[in-house]
Amino acid sequence: MNKLTSLLLAAGLAFATSGHAQSNLLNVSYDVARDVYKDFNPLFQKHWKEKTGETVELRQSHGGSSKQARAVADGLEADVVTMNQATDVDFLAEKGLVATDYTKRFPDSASPYTSTMVFIVRKGNPKAIKDWNDIAKPGVQLIIPHPKNTGNGRYSYLAAWGYALKQPGGNDKTAQEFVGQLLKNAPLFGSGGRDATTTFMQRKIGDVLVTFESEAELIAKEFGRGEFEVVYPSLSILAEFPVAVVEKVVDKKGTRKVAQAYLEYLWSKEGQENAAANYLRPRNAEVLKKYAAQFPPIKTFTVDEVFGGWSKASAAHFKDGGSFDQIYVQK
Amino acid sequence: MFPAPAKRDGVLPGFRLGLGYTLTYLTLLVLIPLGGMILMTGKLSWSDFWGIATAERALASYRVTFGASLAAAAVNALFGLIVAWVLVRYPFPGKRFVDALVDLPFALPTAVAGITLATLYAENGWIGQHLAKFGIKVAFTPLGIVVALIFVTLPFVVRTLQPVIEDIEAEVEEAAASLGATRWQTFTRVLLPGIFPAWLTGFTLAFSRAIGEFGSVIFIAGNMPLISEITPLLIISKLEQYDILGATALAVVMLLISFVMLLVINLLQWWAANRHSKSSEGDAPAEALAPGALAEARP
Amino acid sequence: MNTRRATAEPRWVRLLLTGVALGFLFLFLVLPLIAVFWEAFAHGAQAYWEALQDGEAHSAMLLTLTIAAVVLPFNIAFGVAAAWAIAKFEFRGKSLLTTLIDLPFAVSPVVAGLIFIILFGAQGFFGQWLVANDIKIIFALPGMVLATLFVTFPFVARELIPLMQAQGRDEEEAAVSLGASGWQMFFRVTLPNIKWGLMYGLILANARAMGEFGAVSVVSGHIRGETNTLPLHVEILYNEYNQIGAFAAATVLALLGLVTLVVKTIVEWRMRKETEMLTADLPPEKTELPPSVATERP
Repeated sequence: MNKLTSLLLAAGLAFATSGHAQSNLLNVSYDVARDVYKDFNPLFQKHWKEKTGETVELRQSHGGSSKQARAVADGLEADVVTMNQATDVDFLAEKGLVATDYTKRFPDSASPYTSTMVFIVRKGNPKAIKDWNDIAKPGVQLIIPHPKNTGNGRYSYLAAWGYALKQPGGNDKTAQEFVGQLLKNAPLFGSGGRDATTTFMQRKIGDVLVTFESEAELIAKEFGRGEFEVVYPSLSILAEFPVAVVEKVVDKKGTRKVAQAYLEYLWSKEGQENAAANYLRPRNAEVLKKYAAQFPPIKTFTVDEVFGGWSKASAAHFKDGGSFDQIYVQK
Repeated sequence: MFPAPAKRDGVLPGFRLGLGYTLTYLTLLVLIPLGGMILMTGKLSWSDFWGIATAERALASYRVTFGASLAAAAVNALFGLIVAWVLVRYPFPGKRFVDALVDLPFALPTAVAGITLATLYAENGWIGQHLAKFGIKVAFTPLGIVVALIFVTLPFVVRTLQPVIEDIEAEVEEAAASLGATRWQTFTRVLLPGIFPAWLTGFTLAFSRAIGEFGSVIFIAGNMPLISEITPLLIISKLEQYDILGATALAVVMLLISFVMLLVINLLQWWAANRHSKSSEGDAPAEALAPGALAEARP
Repeated sequence: MNTRRATAEPRWVRLLLTGVALGFLFLFLVLPLIAVFWEAFAHGAQAYWEALQDGEAHSAMLLTLTIAAVVLPFNIAFGVAAAWAIAKFEFRGKSLLTTLIDLPFAVSPVVAGLIFIILFGAQGFFGQWLVANDIKIIFALPGMVLATLFVTFPFVARELIPLMQAQGRDEEEAAVSLGASGWQMFFRVTLPNIKWGLMYGLILANARAMGEFGAVSVVSGHIRGETNTLPLHVEILYNEYNQIGAFAAATVLALLGLVTLVVKTIVEWRMRKETEMLTADLPPEKTELPPSVATERP
């Protein structure tokens, strides 16, 4: 009951949440990141208390990555953003909320952990799907979230494109053909990563689901391990999860120091271990080695290497009239 | 629009208060925000706006959105009338419970509705597996969109008709009967004209709500470009690319189409109501239908 | 004989219609509902119960109820005022006004959220001023209330207009000519006459206010334990692969919707008692001539 009253107060006072003496941070994040930060936040609170004697209150906001970035641009007072795609932080940099060189403010292009796109296939892999070209074969059904509207889908799309480029004789034209063939095998586009998973696992539609490696573990948790297998393609995309301090907000609230420390702590041993425990690939080589069993080696490329960065990739593929639209509209 | 019988208007108080409050509230909450959106598209050049509004995928999405909405509203108009009639007139066990269930589609978050319907109608779902035997696919086809929209807009027709049917006085029917009308004649000639405005209202509400619906549809539609993409999804798609101007342009197009369609339906309704009250000059059926003692009409 | 035939449908028609109605409701309403509860209880009652013990779920429920409670009086006032003006008086542009009242329904919920961002967002028309004065509208309670008001805008008015039209003006005119003041007329004559319609409208508006996702989602900011309503909480749980939690929370919303049952029963019961008392005092029911069917059309 006590809790309820305090919550009532919180709801009522949502009006006036601006800066109090005790520092509080709002971390605006993408939607599957809850587990990561739910475990990470107490670690940091403890660390901060030991280091400075201050208590810091940590608040979380989760939602679709680009939607979250728009909310921050529209006035959601985030001290830090932790996204699943650089476009979203780039957008904030463009709006002057985040430093334009945010990737240089932290190590590893400001991405404390990574993941990659893998295949989930039915038990026993009946369609013998080993690599991207197996998905493009006729008679195979592919389940992915919407390639234009979801971060998950965009990574899948770019992964397939990059794979086609790296084949002998590969160029943009062959890549577009390849991706077009691949998408022909998609009977539907999920509205989000989770929706695609439900369609594949629960409604039993499709032969292969393309998703984040980290999501495979969530699938096992929800649907049991006996139903599916994880297949690592010969080549995939490196999904990076950029973080940044929101300059405008921390200056206003006076939380720069703690915000900076919060994000830095993601690279600490504890932070890296926490990422690995949530099936995200840690940057720290030592931690990665410790968890090697759950992260099989896989050859990856980054968006920067193959597409020259997210803003170029977006413009070429996902903006109106980009390659995705061309595949469907100009036949 | 319709010449007012001015002498009767004079008697009742509260016109200025009612209309004044209505207009103020409408302006603050609806007109200014929508106006702001329309103003925003002013930043686009006309040719850009036209290009966005008439892109091939956009055109296909209008067809899907308005077609599915019309189908869903029509289904609900027919069955909603039957449901409302049965709920008011016929006793059956568990009636109160069934009556209360009608509002649930609103209380359930649309996403939950969409996820659940997709699971029910998928080929291994409770309903989908039976339909599959006949080669009918619902989930992840445009038909799925209609199903989701039927669910989401189900309460409208039922709930607009219920109070009006409850208000019908027994004498009206008795009189018709005593004058030799059959039941069917009484229904089509006396009762239906009386409830027609409410019926059309229910249809209009269901239809307009269906046009804007997003949350439930995306889970069952399949979202394939040109086939099962609804316009609100294209708006989201543009927002995802941070193309806010493009998104508002599409929103304005939808707004204009909806506005025109709703205006036509409303004019039709006023015309019907007027014709109806003129058809029996003198003591209008409106009065005959007026509730005297309230509880009686209820079973 | 004749009377009997024309005031009630034959038995087979009654059975058929009841069957069709219940069949339709079963297929499109009951079955999806069963499926929601099925998912929520997939791992047993224990898991269901535990899923609801979450502090974030509680604060989400509280926020949802708060918003619904704030929105309710606004909807009553607007609905009654608009219906009064539109149904009881003739004026130019009435169809246009009705259409404008309908319009919020046709606006996609996402757009409904977006319009308030365009107005009050940091980059919006009033954004600068709001930031300068440290007033928070969006990503806080006021914005969520605004968005909910917008999506529930037409309910009460649209429910009342056809009803009041069907009822006509005579009773009110009689009351006024007998010397009743405006408010007396309203509370003694109009309100009792429209109470069912008003209640249906409110129940619908309330259900929609609690269940609304799209518009609120845009203006909420999704801060856990602060600005997450129950529908938003459901979505987030689902995305986090917490299926039980998501569907359990959804059943709470469904059960809140069932409050209708209770409210309606109570209101019905009280009204019946009231009318029983009233009819004792009132003059005998008016006996007007019903419209003749025979003359209407052959």
